[in-house]
Amino acid sequence: MDIEETPLPGIGLKHEFTVASGRRIGVISRQSGKRDLLIYDRVDPDACQEEVPLTDEESDALAELLGAPRIVERIARLHDQVTGLLTESVTIPPGASCSGRTIADSLVRTRTGASIVAIIRHGDMNLSPRSDFVIEDNDTVLIIGTRDSIDQAIQLLTAE
Amino acid sequence: MHTATFFVELGAVILSLGVLARLAGMVGLSPVPFYLLAGLAFGSGGLIPLVTTRDFIQTGAQIGVVLLLLVLGIEYSAQELITNLRTHASTGVIDLVLNSVPGIVAGLLLGWGPVSTLALAGVTAVSSSGIISKVISDLGRLGNRETPAVLSVLVFEDLAMAIYLPVLTGLLAQKALGTTVLSVGVALVALAVVMVLSLRFGSVLSRAIFSPNNEVLLLQVLGLTLLVAGVAEHLEISAGVGAFLVGIALSGRVAERTRPILTPLRDIFAAVFFVFFGLQTVPSSLVSSLGPAALLGLAGVASKLITGWVAARKAGVAVPGRIRAGTSLIARGEFSVVIAGLALGSGLEPRLGPLATAYVILMAVIGPIATRVADPLTRRFYRPKAVPR
Repeated sequence: MDIEETPLPGIGLKHEFTVASGRRIGVISRQSGKRDLLIYDRVDPDACQEEVPLTDEESDALAELLGAPRIVERIARLHDQVTGLLTESVTIPPGASCSGRTIADSLVRTRTGASIVAIIRHGDMNLSPRSDFVIEDNDTVLIIGTRDSIDQAIQLLTAE
Repeated sequence: MHTATFFVELGAVILSLGVLARLAGMVGLSPVPFYLLAGLAFGSGGLIPLVTTRDFIQTGAQIGVVLLLLVLGIEYSAQELITNLRTHASTGVIDLVLNSVPGIVAGLLLGWGPVSTLALAGVTAVSSSGIISKVISDLGRLGNRETPAVLSVLVFEDLAMAIYLPVLTGLLAQKALGTTVLSVGVALVALAVVMVLSLRFGSVLSRAIFSPNNEVLLLQVLGLTLLVAGVAEHLEISAGVGAFLVGIALSGRVAERTRPILTPLRDIFAAVFFVFFGLQTVPSSLVSSLGPAALLGLAGVASKLITGWVAARKAGVAVPGRIRAGTSLIARGEFSVVIAGLALGSGLEPRLGPLATAYVILMAVIGPIATRVADPLTRRFYRPKAVPR
């Protein structure tokens, strides 16, 4: 599978590829962060048949459904992101309230806006853990976000 | 009493522009040709000549040019411009050469001086980024594979404008050759400096100017732009180029936040600018320009079709996409009017105004229509096999 990346000046970035059945699909990542899902025409593979605009939340949901780890992209976005986006790691203290809960239940993303991009357990790296991944004592959690959201997330994860 | 008539007149002008824009939207066309026609109606010799608001509209028109180019500059980051220049320079050059030739030939045939001919070449060459990007997104063609090629032609043209406008401004001022060369040099240096600075320190400037408060942000960006535009005008590199450079230098968060708050302001003053351009044209002189404008239009359609074909083929796009790219590029609009407006202001060639007006009205109407009919037309003749479901 060959993913083609094309800059769209003034708009953002487009990724597209041909799937095994021969159809072509793609995604436009706008500068504003919004996505457009592209489905190309069966007759004219250069033309877009459908262009579906997605909000941040909707594209996250779709990505989760499709099981695509979005970590690579998140980290790539760090480079052209305005200053202020950081990654930081925190170790879960024994007895923390989030220990034994899934990532989704820890509410890190919903309450703080920061994202958990990896969890390191006994030296093993779990990249882009799914939302049903269970956090345990002494896990090292890698968080990405703004200064404020990271601070809030650390507080949330270390709270008793 | 004076204030009362002023408001009534201005209100009537803006209201009629609003109604025209609505009409244009209903038939799926750009409002630009309608604004120009409205200007014709409001000018001397028109249906309802303006009396009290002319001065205001003239000043508003100048602000309109500055805002048009500022918002254009904000669309692009220096990084994008440089990447584009590296990868698409050859198609850009083909575009400019092919599309300025009709203007040059027409200028020579009409017996115009070299400076007016250069202005006409600019009018015929530059596509309308505004009209084209609107049509592409309206038709859901942003994801199409020919679209990056079309966009990069537009970006190249915008960059070329940053060099062309100072050249034209200098020549129109009819200063000594040395002065003109100097102002072009200043413009080039300014362009290079702004590129380097915004690549290196763009975030510093943007952070210094950023404010979460829209009011603060609007006033700061607008003030800075007008200030730089004024200095640029003083240095004879044209106010518009100054504003464009400010737009490029603003990046990241500031650019994202200012674009939506500046756009309504730009829309008002740009409309006023088009009206003012129409105002300066006597409607009766438009009739005699229709013939040459139609011929120029034919040439302009052909030359953009070739440009689009070449650009899309280079991107590996098949025949239908090449035709879509060519037809998309036909529309001329704001920049042709900006160039003609500059030339008109210096009073060098009175026939340029009506010719440019007729040409832009034609091309701004033909462009979007051709873009729409391109696909149904090509599908009649060109039908490759479909991918199985």
